[in-house]
Amino acid sequence: MSESNSNNSRSVFHGLWALTNRELKKWYKEPILLLMIIIQPAIWMGLFGKAMNISAIFTNNPITLPPDLNLPPQLKAQIEQSFSNITSQMMRNTFGTADYFSYMAVGMISFVVFFTTMFSGMSIVWDRRLGFLNKVLSTPVSRGVIIFSKVLSTAVRSIIQASIVLLIAWLLGMQFSPSFNPLSILGVFAAIVLICFGLSSLFLTIAIRSTRQETQMAIMNLLNLPLMFTSNALFATSMMPDWIQVVAKINPITYTTDAMRQLLLYNTDITQLMIDFAYLGVFAAVFTSIGLILSWRYLSK
Amino acid sequence: MTDEVIRAEGLTRVFNKSLVAVDHVNFGVENGEIFGFLGPNGAGKTTTINMLITVLKPTEGTASVLGYDILKQAGEVRNVIGLVPQEYTADEDLTGYENTILCADLYGIPREVSKERALELLELVELTEFKDKKVETYSGGMRRRLELACGLINRPRVLFLDEPTLGLDVQTRAATWNYIKLLKKEFGMTLFMTTHYLEEADVLCNRIAIIDHGKIVVTGSPEELKNNLGGDIVTLSIKEDADVSGLVEKIEHVKEVKKEDDKYLIKAENGELTAPLIIEALRKNGHVVTKLSLTKPTLDEVYLDYTGKSMRDAEESKESFRAHRITLRRARGR
Repeated sequence: MSESNSNNSRSVFHGLWALTNRELKKWYKEPILLLMIIIQPAIWMGLFGKAMNISAIFTNNPITLPPDLNLPPQLKAQIEQSFSNITSQMMRNTFGTADYFSYMAVGMISFVVFFTTMFSGMSIVWDRRLGFLNKVLSTPVSRGVIIFSKVLSTAVRSIIQASIVLLIAWLLGMQFSPSFNPLSILGVFAAIVLICFGLSSLFLTIAIRSTRQETQMAIMNLLNLPLMFTSNALFATSMMPDWIQVVAKINPITYTTDAMRQLLLYNTDITQLMIDFAYLGVFAAVFTSIGLILSWRYLSK
Repeated sequence: MTDEVIRAEGLTRVFNKSLVAVDHVNFGVENGEIFGFLGPNGAGKTTTINMLITVLKPTEGTASVLGYDILKQAGEVRNVIGLVPQEYTADEDLTGYENTILCADLYGIPREVSKERALELLELVELTEFKDKKVETYSGGMRRRLELACGLINRPRVLFLDEPTLGLDVQTRAATWNYIKLLKKEFGMTLFMTTHYLEEADVLCNRIAIIDHGKIVVTGSPEELKNNLGGDIVTLSIKEDADVSGLVEKIEHVKEVKKEDDKYLIKAENGELTAPLIIEALRKNGHVVTKLSLTKPTLDEVYLDYTGKSMRDAEESKESFRAHRITLRRARGR
């Protein structure tokens, strides 16, 4: 009756697509989840980005010289013009662009991606509690595949969500760099994939033996805002105190955000872009390896 | 020995260095039988199953499934076993059919084979009508049947069932037993199951092992275990005040006589045949039997006899309690 299973044709990666697809199906069959994760950055962009638009301090209050200053009108206009140039130059020096909204809109993409990766840890805790993990562990699926399917689904979700946020930002008036082209979008996706691999492997590693979502929630709450604010996602790191700058220098979110700004907003500085990608590549490789190795050892108790 | 499908040797699992969940357990499961682990919650049943299905590593000892060592040849073991877990593991957002295909993918079964098998199995557990409905609309019994179908997708030679009817009402439970019997007949595999329902062990299992505090107390077929108790119990009263214990004890097949107030509790083999003999003997000696009843021993008595207590539900780990609660909630359709 029970004929031998046709294992010969089976690859080490069998089950990878099935498990990834399971994660994705759960997500797109629950549109409310997608909506929530999109609404949050939309609100941030709309309120925070527009209301605290730093560049507006200068543009909405053009400098007018006191009327009692006895200067020829032409010279007066020139001075006023150069003040305006200086302020926009100051913006440029700090944020790399004169438009703060565009600056923080790209930061919001990082924000969304970051939040998505945090939930990958939750999903493994959930699978363990529901008994699904045990079920999968009793099948010949490779342990690495179990972890990697979660990483992969996080990357796919992040790319889709980031695209939506980018679209919203564009509708709200984000200004793209003159060098922007379709290839830049691919570069942005590459940066997102790398940060997703690194961060979701990290969160999965933390959650690998946990049975309590509460613990995961606490870890997420502890990490999310500090990690966001010690990066260049919302403000330029040059505006921060020295010790925060040190943290920002090792924070991978800084590199993702900078890579995306280089591609979308700035006149791309190739050297800086290379440094960003190199850092992200190493970060992704190290944490994905750690995640895969630990899954072999610790997924089974 | 060749006919043994599962062999456990000194299988032990200690949690957190102090909690001995399974304590040097030895047993063998023969080819084609339904072997049951019977014990209260927290006795070590699920821990044993988790070690046999290679999800949990033993602290000491080992076991083999179809000759494959669960530690050294875990990959081979995973290929030949199926699991019907205690919890409902099917994805709520997916349909029954999608869930079955997902299980097939986990075994790397090619799609053209798995499609056919999924439909065939869903037909067997009578879910064809609901195969394209989301699992969240399923009742507890339907979910359990879906788990059965998923557990059989790779045509396992050994199927592990962990508390297969946990949380189901009496009728659904009986129906589920029928499905298990049907699938066993259809695919002829060996079944290893755990349960804390005595009737379930009695109805389904060829042999059972009673486990308590991580140790196997006794192993045997339900009939053997019941017979070991010393047979049936005949309870009778007579009109007269005289003590007839001595007289009854001499009757063939009577093993023990106890007098309790005006009642005699008589342990006897083949109670149906012995009871008339008792009446006859008493009548010959001028006594009139006024009341008589015959009780067949149940596993309840067996259990009580070997563990010194009735099934208890109290001691349970926090984690398994939580899992139970989720399962129960889903069984009731939330």
